[in-house]
Amino acid sequence: MSKPIVATASLAGCFGCHMSVLDIDDRILQLIELVDFNKSPITDIKTFTQPCDIGIIEGGCCNSENIEVLKDFRKNCKILISLGECAIMGGLPAMRNGIPVRECLEEAYFGGVTVRDNTERIIPNDEELPIILDKVYPLHEIVKIDYFLPGCPPRADLIWEAVVALVTGNELKIPYELIKFD
Amino acid sequence: MQKVTIEPVTRVEGHGKVTIHLDDNLNVAQTRLHIVEFRGFERFVQGRPYWEAPVLVQRLCGICPVSHHLAAAKALDVIVGAGTGHGLTATGEKMRRLMHYGQMFQSHSLHFFHLSAPDFLLGYDSDPATRNVVGLAVKFPELATKAVLMRKFGQEVIHFTAGKKIHGTGAIPGGINKNLPIEERDILLKGADPLNIDTMIQWAYDAVQLFKDYYMNNKEFVDNFAHFPSNHFSLVRKDGALDFYHGVLRAVDAEGKRILDDVDYQDYNHYIEEEVRSWSYMKFPYLKHIGKENGWYRVGPLARLNTCDFIPSKLAQQEFELYKAHTNGKPNNYCLHTHWARLIELLHAGEVIKELLLDPDLQKDDLVIKGTKLHKGVGLIEAPRGTLFHHYEINDNDQITLANLIVSTTNNNEPMNRSVNYVAKKMMTGQSQITEPMKNAVEIAIRAYDPCLSCATHAMGQMPLDIKLFNVNGEIVDHYRS
Ligand code: SF4
Repeated sequence: MSKPIVATASLAGCFGCHMSVLDIDDRILQLIELVDFNKSPITDIKTFTQPCDIGIIEGGCCNSENIEVLKDFRKNCKILISLGECAIMGGLPAMRNGIPVRECLEEAYFGGVTVRDNTERIIPNDEELPIILDKVYPLHEIVKIDYFLPGCPPRADLIWEAVVALVTGNELKIPYELIKFD
Repeated sequence: MQKVTIEPVTRVEGHGKVTIHLDDNLNVAQTRLHIVEFRGFERFVQGRPYWEAPVLVQRLCGICPVSHHLAAAKALDVIVGAGTGHGLTATGEKMRRLMHYGQMFQSHSLHFFHLSAPDFLLGYDSDPATRNVVGLAVKFPELATKAVLMRKFGQEVIHFTAGKKIHGTGAIPGGINKNLPIEERDILLKGADPLNIDTMIQWAYDAVQLFKDYYMNNKEFVDNFAHFPSNHFSLVRKDGALDFYHGVLRAVDAEGKRILDDVDYQDYNHYIEEEVRSWSYMKFPYLKHIGKENGWYRVGPLARLNTCDFIPSKLAQQEFELYKAHTNGKPNNYCLHTHWARLIELLHAGEVIKELLLDPDLQKDDLVIKGTKLHKGVGLIEAPRGTLFHHYEINDNDQITLANLIVSTTNNNEPMNRSVNYVAKKMMTGQSQITEPMKNAVEIAIRAYDPCLSCATHAMGQMPLDIKLFNVNGEIVDHYRS
């Protein structure tokens, strides 16, 4: 039987969740034995080349591009996992949700102490830049999510146990201390 | 007119992409590295109590969270009246240093082995399907294991000083919330092989030799790759030594002339300004007294070894002297020599960690200092990727009223753009077909700067790549996916 296929992505996250995956340390070498990777920062595959079994996503949705990537993952993965606080609840980036986007932009590009020369009042706006959403959205508000792994970032052991349980079909046994938000 | 898009290149505070415009004669007319994500931290942190900053702001970047954690804490030291740098207790300052040099150790190993080594050891034009750390593990299993364990060691240092490997809580305004008990120290100092500091220093030393060997055999390629003059900027210790945690501002020009020296970073905004360009969310900093045109500079390992006078540890200083001799003591402006500089820094970080582990100050209990409160504080640090600026102001209710951040990768915005331009011109001029190695070459140029967040995008392999060639009407005429 062929190995289960895993895809991963980072949307509006800090990449700390992906770093926590690396914190499984030498078990990475076992992981490579257990699963194959498709679209993910750990491979060269930018667009899905085949249907995947598990999609793991870090970060919420803060711009139009995040939404496209997320929908693409839902379409191509049997199981979708929200990895970490940002994916589950928006996380730190969602602290802007109570504030109009324009105010955030003006603070960064007009208000900055070191920006003194922006006399034309330029706010970055180019066809190459995706559209910023009014708020940062958790993943399950956009598509159906099957599992949630909490933490900021989730502990490496939690990620390891969860992936092994899913792949082997064994029941997930994790100590209480591993399941926590920060 | 044709347009080539490389997307996503990388994450640098989000995703980045490159667009390259070729005119009708297939000359490169314009290149841009766009940073396509925006967070708004400067605004939404307003109103929060100041002591939250060190734990909030690190969540902008999980790749070098310790740097943000400490830069924010250093700014808050000033606010709580503990002064800058040496104002803390010996235990406070040394615990933070240990945390930071641990971070340097893990980040530099991660970058070199997981990210860049595949380009060097497997070849930048080798098969993209295996040109990643998995391919490396198959061909050089011993090296791959070392890479994983060196990163693990650095993460353990962070774990013991910050309480957690990622997004810890160790630094607090005016000091630190724990010391290093002898049992924890011994795990790092005398752990069973290979996870102890002596083996780590040896492996770091081996890594420097590995790069030098590669360089000797590929001089042509390394020296002719995105080589252009620039200014260089960093913190240096008061006496001119390399220091990642604290110091004064120094900048040199491409010839080595000091254009900024011995400046207290509390006044950074008298010296640095940023330009806003419509096509990128990332701003473009420059030295104010030189101006937008010529005042841009590089930061990071290459810049640091150009600004400092010496490295205060034995093995790294020996390597530094060999490295400096290569450019006759003049600043090094070779983009790919950044890797060489980074590995010398890795070795130095290992040596400093050992020195700190042997220091009995780390077991003392005097952790925090407080003084008369101020309303403004600036914290600077040399993050793995270069100088990181944090500036906060607060009101009488202890709420943040102003935050200004200039992150390392932002400081490298202009040089990264120039490197992209340099390589695109060299590889793509006159070419009607864009090949995979040409595009990877553009990425290697960006990768040399180890742009933050992006490094993780290809932490275990290559940055995913999508290049499109457009005609004048915006129709796709060629599409290549890696
Ligand atoms: S949950 Fe935490 S570690 Fe993960 S992306 Fe968000 S801020 Fe980073």
